[in-house]
Amino acid sequence: MPLTIPREELMLQGHTACAGCGATLSMRYVLKGAGEKSAVAIPACCWAVIPGEFPYTALKVPLIYTTFASAGASISGLREGLDAQGKEDYTVLAFAGDGGTADIGLQGLSAAMERGHNVLYVMYDNEAYMNTGIQRSGSTPYGAWTTTTPVGSKRDYKRENKKVVADLMIAQNVPYVATATIGFPEDLERKVAIAKSIKGPKFIQILSPCPPGWYYNSADTVKISKLAVETKVFPLYEYRDGKLKVYKPAKTLPVSEYLSLQGRFAHLREDEVEEVQKAVDERWESLLKKEQS
Amino acid sequence: MPIVPVTYLSSSTRVMSSWRTSRPVIDYSKCTRCSICWKFCPDVAIDLITDVSLGAPNDRFKALEAPSIDYDHCKGCGICATECPFDAIEMVREEI
Repeated sequence: MPLTIPREELMLQGHTACAGCGATLSMRYVLKGAGEKSAVAIPACCWAVIPGEFPYTALKVPLIYTTFASAGASISGLREGLDAQGKEDYTVLAFAGDGGTADIGLQGLSAAMERGHNVLYVMYDNEAYMNTGIQRSGSTPYGAWTTTTPVGSKRDYKRENKKVVADLMIAQNVPYVATATIGFPEDLERKVAIAKSIKGPKFIQILSPCPPGWYYNSADTVKISKLAVETKVFPLYEYRDGKLKVYKPAKTLPVSEYLSLQGRFAHLREDEVEEVQKAVDERWESLLKKEQS
Repeated sequence: MPIVPVTYLSSSTRVMSSWRTSRPVIDYSKCTRCSICWKFCPDVAIDLITDVSLGAPNDRFKALEAPSIDYDHCKGCGICATECPFDAIEMVREEI
C-alpha cells in the first residue's frame, strides 16, 4: 500500500519515552512534515528527557535545550542567526509542552509571534506538567485529576477551564494557527507542511495523550486522540489569512465516551459529566459562529 | 564558542526490550499490509520489509511491504494491536 505519510524517520528508536507516549508520535509526525533541514529548540518538558541521556540523541536534526520560559526567545535567535548565515531554507521550530507554552513560556511565545520571526512554534499538549509528575497546568481541562488537584474526600479536582493557547494566538492574529492531534497523522503532517511554506510566525497545538498522566491503558493512545476530536472536546481548526476553518467530524459522540476511558476523570459524577458536555457544546457553537463571521 | 557537551551517539544503538511486559505478534495470514501499525508506532519499532515467504490473506498481498516488529526497540505499548483493523496483531505476555 502507498504510505500516507513520508517514509523517512527523523526521530529514532531507543528514546526514553514511556510506552505508548503521544508526545513522541507528535515529534515523529512534525519532523516528517518539517523535513531534514530543521533546527529544534526544546524547553524543559517531557521532550527534554526523551531524546536520551548524554551522549545519546534520538533526533537526526540539531537540537538545543533551553530554559522553561525561553523557547520563544531561542527560536527567534536561532532564526536570525541562520538568516545572517544565509541559511534561510532551514525550518526553525520550538517543541514545547503545555506548561512551557500556556504558563511559563507564554510571554516568550507571544513576543516571538509579535516580532514576526519566520518560526514555527509547536505545542504538544498533554494537559499537565507530566515530566515532573502530573502537576496541573493552565492547559489542564476542567474536571481532571492531577497531583496538585488530587480530588480526595473534598472532591478537589480542577475547577477551572482549559486555557486554549491556539485561541490566544488567533486573537494575536498570527498568520497561521492550527490545532492537530496524533490520531490524524496525515492531517498533522499536512498542517506542518503548510506552516513550513508560510514565511512568518506559525503556531500549532497538538493534543498528545499521556498514558501515565491521564491514567489509561497505553494501547489506547491513538484511540483517545481520535475520540477527543469525535466528541468535540478538542476541535481541529486552522486559522489562515484571517479566516477560521473548523473540521467537522463525520460522526460525533457524547463526551462520556472520551472521559470514561481515562482514570483522571473517573471521579466525575453524571451531573458533572453533563456540565462538561454543556461546556464542550457551547465552545463548539462559538467556534462555528467565528468561522461564519 | 565555549566548550559545551554535544551528543554524538544515536539512540537506536540502545536496546529497550527490557521495558516490555508483553510483545506484539503479527499473524501474517491476516495482515493486508496496510501499514497502519507502522504509522502509529511511537517507538519507530516497526520496519517495512519485502518478504514473499511471509503468509498473507491473499497471494497478491505477498509482494507488498509487510510490517516487521523490531523487538530490540518495541516497548510493548500495544497501540499496533489496538489500531490494526484486521486483528492481525496479538499482545503476548513476556516470560520472566
